[in-house]
Amino acid sequence: MNDLKSGSNLEKVLRAGHFAFTGECGPPKGANLEHLKEKIAPLKGMVDAVNVTDNQTAVVRLSSWAASSIMLQEGVEPNFQMVCRDRNRLAMMSDILGVYAMGIRNMLCLSGDHQRFGNHPEAKNVYDIDSMQLIALAGKMRDEGKFMNDEEIDVPPRLFIGAASNPFAEPHEYRVYRLANKIAAGADFIQTQCIYNMDRFREFMKRVVDMGLHEKCYILAGVTPMKSVGMAKYMAKSVPGMDVPDSLIQRLQGAGKGKVAEEGIKFALEQIQEFREMEGVAGVHLMAIEWEHKVPEIAERAGMLPRPKV
Amino acid sequence: MIVADRKPLAEILEMIKEMNKILIIGCKGCVTVCNVGGAKEVGILASTLKIARKKEGRPIEIDERTIERQCDPEYIELVKGDVDKYDGVISMACGVGPQFLSQAYPEQRFFPAVNTTFFGGAVQHGIWEERCAGCGTCVIHYFGGMCPIARCSKSLLNGPCGGSAGGKCEISKDVDCIWDQIVRKKMEQGRLDDLLDVKPAKSWTTARDGGPRKSRREELVQ
Repeated sequence: MNDLKSGSNLEKVLRAGHFAFTGECGPPKGANLEHLKEKIAPLKGMVDAVNVTDNQTAVVRLSSWAASSIMLQEGVEPNFQMVCRDRNRLAMMSDILGVYAMGIRNMLCLSGDHQRFGNHPEAKNVYDIDSMQLIALAGKMRDEGKFMNDEEIDVPPRLFIGAASNPFAEPHEYRVYRLANKIAAGADFIQTQCIYNMDRFREFMKRVVDMGLHEKCYILAGVTPMKSVGMAKYMAKSVPGMDVPDSLIQRLQGAGKGKVAEEGIKFALEQIQEFREMEGVAGVHLMAIEWEHKVPEIAERAGMLPRPKV
Repeated sequence: MIVADRKPLAEILEMIKEMNKILIIGCKGCVTVCNVGGAKEVGILASTLKIARKKEGRPIEIDERTIERQCDPEYIELVKGDVDKYDGVISMACGVGPQFLSQAYPEQRFFPAVNTTFFGGAVQHGIWEERCAGCGTCVIHYFGGMCPIARCSKSLLNGPCGGSAGGKCEISKDVDCIWDQIVRKKMEQGRLDDLLDVKPAKSWTTARDGGPRKSRREELVQ
């Protein structure tokens, strides 16, 4: 890890050895720029980069590259997300070039939720390549300066390449190997699924460290504060691959009326404190879903401010 | 085999609503094996249609035929001289049958009575499951004899995705996660190393994506 691969702020923060802090922003269901800018504004200066989701949960939204570009204009560094569900390899390579040309420097490669979840379940499911192959493709375009077919690229896109890992999906024992494959494919950084089961995450990270994976890639722990008991129960029951322990649900229930959201934030803050100490964890990815305006408060209370200038 | 499901009765009735005399042609191939378009099902559909039309006060005359296969011109030839006696003809074969019939008898109209669904097999009596996507380049030997292209909802060659839970796919608790099965089988066999590399992007040129396909065996072509 000598020369910068992309020169993104996120890459520089991580390379300088700071504990990174990233946020997330879902583009609007429409071309409502004002709404998008309202969601971006509270994130400015609070995080090192912000993930811009790509038709998340397979619901049509303003495109992730366009929202990333607007975010950049607003002075916030985007982490452009790309899923494999909606684009074939031509569109992917074209969009990778496009976002780079627009000044975007981070990209997160994902499989994407199946369209059956979304608002157009009738859609054709593309999956020309998978997330592992997308990581490798973005890496090849950057490091070899070539398209998938080995043709030369006239000015290759130099992106900091991210991927996701879900330590809680099954089979559990395989998850660390799949992470290793993503790193072998060329992932520079990893953002994990939202963590609630800390015991399981500690075990996962122990294996990551034992295998030395944290030395090959930056691992950011995923945190989503619970806003309500209903949200916790929904995530526990209805979101595949999510592990919400009963003890957390009971803790939120015990907080009393009007105090559940605060309890959710307290749990998130405790998590962040632990992640800062945990071997192999290079940062936190805060996914405050439709709660962007709470990010400054969480960042402040977590002691993540001011963000490093690198 | 090719698996199919019968279309809803209302849809078939709508197809033939203007007709007073039709022929239903079954197929003794795959659709007989999967109990959807053989002689027995032809008989059931004919009776059902007759009853429905009688109820409407517009009785219909229906003849039945079931031929060896509807995907072979030599058997299609056997109904020559019959098909033109009807207002329309219903085929109970997979999607291949009514197309071969339509091509052979351009004056007649042929209607599909089944929805052709997938290449698969019976996992228990009365239940069929998809096994093959016909991608033209078989890779199942890399995956413990299971096809992730046909059986993973995202056709992942490097699975399982983060939505795998309890051996089930994120899209439905009724769908098995094939990657869960692949990984567990490899672990049980002590062959997990087979999965510790990144499978490269697949060429879809041999699949339907490469355009309509044709197989040509020179030794058989006359």
